[in-house]
Amino acid sequence: MGFTALGLEAYPVADGAEAKAILRTLTHDREDVAIIYIEEDIAVQLQSQIDKFKDSPKPAIILIPGREGSLGMGLSALNAAVERAIGTNILENN
Amino acid sequence: MAGTTITPTRMMLKQLKGRLKTARRGHKLMKDKRDELMRQFMDIVRLNKQLRERVEQGLTEAFAALQVASAIMSPEMLEQALLYPRQSVELDMQFKNIMSVNVPQYSFHTRNNDPSEIYPYGFAQTSGELDDALSRMAVVFEDMLQLAQVEKTMQLLAEEIEKTRRRVNALEYVMIPELESNIKYISMKLEENENSTKVRLLKVKEMVLQNAHDFK
Repeated sequence: MGFTALGLEAYPVADGAEAKAILRTLTHDREDVAIIYIEEDIAVQLQSQIDKFKDSPKPAIILIPGREGSLGMGLSALNAAVERAIGTNILENN
Repeated sequence: MAGTTITPTRMMLKQLKGRLKTARRGHKLMKDKRDELMRQFMDIVRLNKQLRERVEQGLTEAFAALQVASAIMSPEMLEQALLYPRQSVELDMQFKNIMSVNVPQYSFHTRNNDPSEIYPYGFAQTSGELDDALSRMAVVFEDMLQLAQVEKTMQLLAEEIEKTRRRVNALEYVMIPELESNIKYISMKLEENENSTKVRLLKVKEMVLQNAHDFK
């Protein structure tokens, strides 16, 4: 992954279980993690854990498209947030 | 009323009236808060949508470029080239208060200010495609950071709006009507008591007068 070159810490994972373990260490054992980017295809398997951090200010867990392109999960999370706040999705028509 | 028994006394009435007043004021405040949160939220949502589209597109392109680079270079070479990063990013997090919601504000600074420091390898043995991929990533990264901030803000605001909305509705449709009906009940009950007292007094007066003057 090219992200290491930018100065980010990257944790390559093979499957969901491994990702889960890493996510746990990042969120529980470390205080200095503010943003976690997760590729969508892995995030699918971690949904419940990701949702746990939705309402806490730290860390921010942000989905990014994986190598195969966007799965649309990021946008659907956005729509979910809108629906949660307003009660209905008002973005559909624009 | 409404299931619970309340004692129809003047003290209770006064108490309930005070609570109604507070509830009304709270309701108005909450409603204002909700409206303002909603306004901010909509701005953020729009920004978030734009950013997300930009990040997704940028990352897809960057990954594609990386793919090309990995096709040209041998996997070992690629790994070796990226093995040890020369750049590191430090992130500062502060909190900004939007309508009593603490939202994060990130600011990052890189350890080395030279933008070419993102290439942790010598140019001799790597292909130009890798440079291209990395520079694309560096561009996307700034958007990614902003996206993180905006998205977190959005989630936190969404939570707060949900809470506030619920409170507004609870006040408007449960608390206030209940208080009003209780107040009505007490004042009616008090009036009734007053009437019956008055009638009793009249009756007593009549009897007393009758005894005193010894009518009949």
